[in-house]
Amino acid sequence: MYVMFILMAFSLSVSLIFLGAYIWSVRSGQFDDKYTPSVRMLFEDKKISKKTEPGLDSGEKNEENK
Amino acid sequence: MAINFGKYDTGQAPTDQEKSLSCFHCGEPCPDNTIAIGDKSFCCHGCKTVFEILNVNEMCDYYSIEDTPGITPKQDLISDRFEYLDDETVKPQVIDFSDGKIEKVTFHTPTMHCASCIWLLEKLHDMDPRIFSSIVNFPRKQVNITYNREEMKLSETAALLSTLGYEPLVSLDTVGKREQSSAEKKLYLKIGLAGFAFGNVMILSFPEYLSRFGSVDPTFKLVFGYLSLVLSIPVLLFAAKDYYQSAWAGIKSRTVNIDVPITLGIGMLFFRSAWEVLTQTGVGYLDSFTGLVFFLLVGRLFQQKTYEVLSFERDYKSFFPLSVTRKINNVEAVVPVSKLKPGDRIVVRNQELIPADSVLLKTEAYIDYSFVSGESTPVTKIAGDFIYAGGRQAGTTIELEVIKEPSQSYLTQLWNNDVFSKPRFSRLNVLVNQVSHYFTFGVLAIAIIASLYWLQFDTATGIKVFTAVLIVACPCALALSSPFALGTAMRIFGRKGFYVKNTDAVEALSKIDTIVMDKTGTLTESRQETIEFSGEMLTHEDQEIIKSLVQHSTHPLSQKIFQALDFQAVYAVDNFEEISGCGIQGMVEGHSIKLGSAKWLGIQEDANDAEDMKTRVLLSMDDKVLGSFLIANVFRKGLRPLLSDLKKQFDMYLLSGDTEREKATLVNLFGNEENLLFRQTPENKLDFVTKIQGEGAHVLMIGDGLNDAGALRASEVGIAITDDVSAFSPASDGILTGKNLHLLGSFIKMSKATTSVIVASFVISIIYNVVGVSFAVAGKLSPLVSAILMPASSISVVVFTTFTTSLRARMMKLT
Repeated sequence: MYVMFILMAFSLSVSLIFLGAYIWSVRSGQFDDKYTPSVRMLFEDKKISKKTEPGLDSGEKNEENK
Repeated sequence: MAINFGKYDTGQAPTDQEKSLSCFHCGEPCPDNTIAIGDKSFCCHGCKTVFEILNVNEMCDYYSIEDTPGITPKQDLISDRFEYLDDETVKPQVIDFSDGKIEKVTFHTPTMHCASCIWLLEKLHDMDPRIFSSIVNFPRKQVNITYNREEMKLSETAALLSTLGYEPLVSLDTVGKREQSSAEKKLYLKIGLAGFAFGNVMILSFPEYLSRFGSVDPTFKLVFGYLSLVLSIPVLLFAAKDYYQSAWAGIKSRTVNIDVPITLGIGMLFFRSAWEVLTQTGVGYLDSFTGLVFFLLVGRLFQQKTYEVLSFERDYKSFFPLSVTRKINNVEAVVPVSKLKPGDRIVVRNQELIPADSVLLKTEAYIDYSFVSGESTPVTKIAGDFIYAGGRQAGTTIELEVIKEPSQSYLTQLWNNDVFSKPRFSRLNVLVNQVSHYFTFGVLAIAIIASLYWLQFDTATGIKVFTAVLIVACPCALALSSPFALGTAMRIFGRKGFYVKNTDAVEALSKIDTIVMDKTGTLTESRQETIEFSGEMLTHEDQEIIKSLVQHSTHPLSQKIFQALDFQAVYAVDNFEEISGCGIQGMVEGHSIKLGSAKWLGIQEDANDAEDMKTRVLLSMDDKVLGSFLIANVFRKGLRPLLSDLKKQFDMYLLSGDTEREKATLVNLFGNEENLLFRQTPENKLDFVTKIQGEGAHVLMIGDGLNDAGALRASEVGIAITDDVSAFSPASDGILTGKNLHLLGSFIKMSKATTSVIVASFVISIIYNVVGVSFAVAGKLSPLVSAILMPASSISVVVFTTFTTSLRARMMKLT
């Protein structure tokens, strides 16, 4: 029966990770604008060939914005 | 072009034929196809320029996301008008962040309206390599730009947006206050934390509840108890903090608000549970505790529906410009408005605002006071005339001498009145707080009596009963009923174009008994006018001749006539002359044409015009008067049935800054002549509202301009009427789109229905409490009973209020 303690430790730590992820997402401003990202993700990145490294997508921009 | 709130409304799709003549960029009809690139025609050079910029930068995807997404950039504005942004005193107020090479700025661009706008504004870095990135917040209509500080000036970023048609709006108001969103962020964090604790504690409590059907290892019981306690501590210390603060503030001001019994309940729940866990006498009520906080916070989030793009706090500062062109020794320089001193000479260009009370020096001005009074027909002023701050110049560039500092002008002085410094709402009157007063003392009395009874037999049971009563009587359902009922009503209003600042305003609306209305811009349409020609029939050629003539005049009336005529301006005009205060004249196709006032053309003025809110422009051709153009204000749609409905239930007043010229029509609409007041200054309006409030009236003020700001603020509920929600509206409790004014009666009825739903849900939650308290008094409140009763009561009340409120709205045809 005492194996339950290990399971509990696991389940709690998993849920703590999710809580941490949630807190991070709120802090980083993902809840500030709940509309624009839904539109942004539908845009195509056509200009990859030209100059930018393919990285400058919205995800990275968000980080910069912090 | 009207920008709709939220999603882009394309209105009616243009037919194929219309499409061929509409601008490829903005979709406006093109007068002809002279401005074109290939098969794409444009309505103006501004639109064509934007297309060219996008074309060069290979960014024509802009046009493939939405049809004709563009906005015509404002023309004939000076190129250096953003230079004041680089001023050492202004710049730090505008930018968000500056460090080393990069600088960040957030601009408010009200013209963004569709997916293409987002796409383009986030691609600025492809267009100008000095920009590193740009991020759009569409609900707020903001764009956040990060650019290279060493190579790019702030004014250049603003100018870039402006050339694309996204004119940034920088005002005294947007500067200064930032980041109100941190409160909302905190609420999200609190909900997350409480929800996390709730879920886990509930699972940890399960073995205890199931222990009735079999035994649980005491070690588990101990560990589960301690774990629950640890998980609950952050809920107690962080998530529920607001309730203690609010309760404390209430007690300090000698009132018992709803947060007092909540705090009592929360405190009792936690400390009794902690005591039980630590002394190993039980597992406590920690799942009820965390669940309670979680539900309360969710209710708060529901109540806090905010319309981000709208501002309910605007005063003159959000409307006045930040800068103005000052002229010293014939050298023009852009300076911040706050630096203006009496005696300064300023230059105001077409579509710019007059920032301070001043005297006109050169030469002739058409001042549009629509933001101040709602009156859209501009007033003509000539050199030497006094001009109040707040007017917008329409036409040529003018020069003025400042008489008063911007903060001391006729209009801005209104904000020195006491009503603006007093707190707006006293939450005392809110229904739930009135109930909570009796509720709290009732519960305390029951708890004391019950525990005194039990103390005769057993001290431990006495204390248990005391805490149990306070726990189970915690007015969770009571506290949730208002947010959900009012929040639902608020969303229903929002769908009908009535955006309410907060739920308190919905409740206040249900209590009003007097309605005070402004006239111009509120009862009348501010932008729509009817223009008709009365007199001899005009031939096709005549109309072309007239259109050719008025094309040369910047006078607002001329421009209105120009727009009203269907045909093209094809003829050349000789000897064109514009005579101040009289009219325009010129030779077209050999005819001598005069357009102007009756006096100038030597004709008796028509006395009826004034009554019908009409402006008359007479036309004479070859010295023969052919007739006149009548430009009339129109009352809003459905006004008559609305007023006749409202005047049965409420005392109606009209406060107009205008003269009595329309009195007859208005008496007809309002019925009671004594309730119509004319020639009201902004202070008069404010004083009138305070006066009738002194006589016991609960006032709903409806206005649209800055001159109503005082009355809107002083009244119980102030509603601002606007035709374009993203445009300016004065500080208010609610913003109502003009086309939905006819629904006002339904809105008031709906708010009354909502309060009755709240009262009904109070009754339900009191019944739950009676059941719970009877368990508690009998000393039989087990954690399981509490764990079932508390969420069940909360959820059923939430479902009941939301459902009945929506149902009432449907019955009133508001959905």
